[in-house]
Amino acid sequence: MKMTDIDILSDRKRQINKAGTEGLAMECEKHSLAGAVSQRACVFCGSRVVLYPVTDALHLIHGPIGCAAYTWDIRGALSSGPQLHRMSFSTDLREMDVIHGGENKLYKSLIELIDKYNPKAAFVYSTCVVGVIGDDVASVCARVKREKGIPVIAVHSEGFKGSKKDGYKAACDALLNLVGTLPVDTIPRLSVNILGDFNIAGESWIIKNYYEKMGIRVVSTITGDARVKDIMQAHGASLNIVQCSGSMTWLAQQMESNYGIPYIRASYFGIEDTAKALYDVADFFDDPELTDRARKLVRCEVEKVIPQIKRYSEALRGKKAAVYVGGAFKAFSLIKSLRMLNMDTVVVGSQTGNKSDYEVLKAMCNKGTIIVDDANTLELARFILEKDVDLFIGGVKERPIAYKLGVGFCDHNHERKIALAGFEGMVNFSREVFNTVTSPVWKFVPRRQTKKEVYFD
Amino acid sequence: MTKINKVIKTHTSTRNACKLCAPLGASMVLKGIEQAMPILHGSQGCATYIRRYVIGHFREPFDIASSSFTEETTVFGGGENLMRAIENIITQYNPEIIGIATTCLAETIGEDIQLHLAALAGKKADLPTIVHVSTPSYKGTHMDGFFAAVKTLVRKFAVKGTRINKVAVFPGMLSPQDYRYIKQMLFDFQLPSVVIPDFSDTLDGGSWQDYQKIPPGGTAIDDLKDCGRCCGAIEFGLSISEDQSSAEYLSKSYGMPSYKMPIPIGIENSDEFFSTLCTISGHPVPDKYSMARMRLIDAYVDGHKYAAGKSVALYGEEDLVCALASFMSEIGMTVSVCISGCKPESLRKAMEKRVPAVAASARILEDADFEDLLNAIEESPVDLIIGNSKGYTVSRKLSVPLVRVGFPIHDRLGAQRFSLVGYEGTTELFDRIINAIIEKKQESSDIGYLTW
Repeated sequence: MKMTDIDILSDRKRQINKAGTEGLAMECEKHSLAGAVSQRACVFCGSRVVLYPVTDALHLIHGPIGCAAYTWDIRGALSSGPQLHRMSFSTDLREMDVIHGGENKLYKSLIELIDKYNPKAAFVYSTCVVGVIGDDVASVCARVKREKGIPVIAVHSEGFKGSKKDGYKAACDALLNLVGTLPVDTIPRLSVNILGDFNIAGESWIIKNYYEKMGIRVVSTITGDARVKDIMQAHGASLNIVQCSGSMTWLAQQMESNYGIPYIRASYFGIEDTAKALYDVADFFDDPELTDRARKLVRCEVEKVIPQIKRYSEALRGKKAAVYVGGAFKAFSLIKSLRMLNMDTVVVGSQTGNKSDYEVLKAMCNKGTIIVDDANTLELARFILEKDVDLFIGGVKERPIAYKLGVGFCDHNHERKIALAGFEGMVNFSREVFNTVTSPVWKFVPRRQTKKEVYFD
Repeated sequence: MTKINKVIKTHTSTRNACKLCAPLGASMVLKGIEQAMPILHGSQGCATYIRRYVIGHFREPFDIASSSFTEETTVFGGGENLMRAIENIITQYNPEIIGIATTCLAETIGEDIQLHLAALAGKKADLPTIVHVSTPSYKGTHMDGFFAAVKTLVRKFAVKGTRINKVAVFPGMLSPQDYRYIKQMLFDFQLPSVVIPDFSDTLDGGSWQDYQKIPPGGTAIDDLKDCGRCCGAIEFGLSISEDQSSAEYLSKSYGMPSYKMPIPIGIENSDEFFSTLCTISGHPVPDKYSMARMRLIDAYVDGHKYAAGKSVALYGEEDLVCALASFMSEIGMTVSVCISGCKPESLRKAMEKRVPAVAASARILEDADFEDLLNAIEESPVDLIIGNSKGYTVSRKLSVPLVRVGFPIHDRLGAQRFSLVGYEGTTELFDRIINAIIEKKQESSDIGYLTW
């Protein structure tokens, strides 16, 4: 049977939809179906990925070794100073710990690690087993906090408790323990926090630089290249700018109700969205000079990058792309960016989108575009073949699906090492897409070899 | 040299682990069985993280299903989820074998897999063969998961019968290239074989016209059945306990001779493998291997001065470290530090058996992590580090070159093609090691001579 004839699991049928079809409500925000081979991870993964770039904190994973081993230094989250976040610490629970409880081991681990690495705070992640054996992680954290005088925060991230999205919320709750704990007298009115950018390949620096050029002080970047002290002062900013809405909206909402800080959504992927983010911030402060500076900055940057992008976009005209990323908001930006490269998005999906996200996607995409929530390998492979795409945008797990079928690939998740945000990021993105889509290697792959079966089957 | 026999643990936590979890090992094995599909019984994250990790090494698809526990599942049990997972896997992948590996979570809540399977069998006919392997990570490393899965398959499938002219081979966690080479060697001895597992094609295949749900290749079920009738069983690994050993199991239950030997890296280890093949097959060593051996000796001679007296740190799975230590002692390098995340005494015992002189002089750390490696090298500096990609941070910090060997190799291309075993694999590794030494010397030289 050919892939394109494969049936979708009946329990998942309503999680797949097409743009231009009326009346069908998209099903989403569900638990991954057992046996579906989802591309998603778990609650722990969600909280780990969000808190990961807090660079001067200790991140201790309480549980058997796997969860810590698989998250050791896999992110591209850069630091301008401390590198502690790149270490993998685990209580590495053993059978006896599971039987007798791991609280003592956790306590001893924390004390030793804090003494040795001198972190500014510690995050303790609870994994599945800890949730089951019922270690009182919060009380151990409270005790160590008293003894060591730094914030020691329990992150309730047992893998089974929900999906990756619930992990985001657990991470935000952990961060809320820090926000508001230092005085903020010296912070000016023109000030913001950048939420939901993780400084992958230095992207937070690119964004921060724009705001600073506009004359706006960035109080904290949560969590890209983050410092504990900055997060403690984050409540002094006038505005929160939320990029990754899936992970950080909860934190922004809490900060709004606790400290009266309003928030706006933004995206820095693509020229259009980056410019809009800068204008929106200028509009918020309602300061003509600021707006003027934003305009000048955008004009200057756009003039620099457009000629570079043009070369690529001409070569990419009419090529087709499939997008499967973690958050739906990123998918919106990618569709726009691909459009700028003269490419059509024919498949789009996310791991954590909600109903309104999928409505937006449906409205954005051309008729017939496949829209999918929480997909799996077989579905993605099927859609690649069905739509005969030239490019797949996803993460490391999706890469071999594309490559095996002879399709170009662009990594757009937390593990990438090339900055794709901001104006210069769009140049990098265009170059990467161009390099993969127009590579001569594809002429050798079976999918493009249908007429040359003379010597090889 | 100071000899430290007993390691006093100075820390409670693990800091940059030198091991992975048991379900990863079990999943690797199932990927080497024809038309098999693994299900990890537990949270979704375990399957996804392991997939991501293995894909980084092999750069091939690596589908693993999960029974995707929820909070309710954790409280009330995973039977429903497991049945659903099995049904959905059959619908999508239609495998001949389903391997269930129970994660820490499922093990802790005490899932009774046999009970769930019996319930499923009552509800549904025409099920594929289902095997279960218990892989709680709090009980061991990825190697324990690997050996347990192999043994589970052997126990499940091996049947008694008339002896056949086949040999059962258990190579352990080597590269697809090594697997291909091992099969070639057996073939050249005219020795039909059952290699368990066999991911030489499934984890290093070609480009596809249509998506292969389960990549073609792997040990066939008929071959698995045959392993009960084989004329001998070869197993690479001196650290494998009697309890874990598939070769010893076959020997005990089916009466065939078993040959437990080191991974054939280096001349002496390879010689042992070849002489075993001579014994089992009754054939002399084919000329091409005698030639390969001579070329390897020639390479040793060409490179011996570069290697002379250089000290090295080795880390990784205990049997890999042990085999590498043996190889190092052949080429005049001093093994200063050996580190593994394995259980206590596992590496030491294997080394005492195989390389007693090295075992007596080297610093051996078991149940160790990469901070231990860093500290050990800081105390007794080395010229070279050999192990997987995870030693990169230590290598960079101390400016000591790293030769990448083992699993995982995330930061270089070709991990699936790197070869270690036999005379040819050893030659390839030897060249890489000597070239790393030359490169370091060249780069740190003010003049930068070309050496010849």
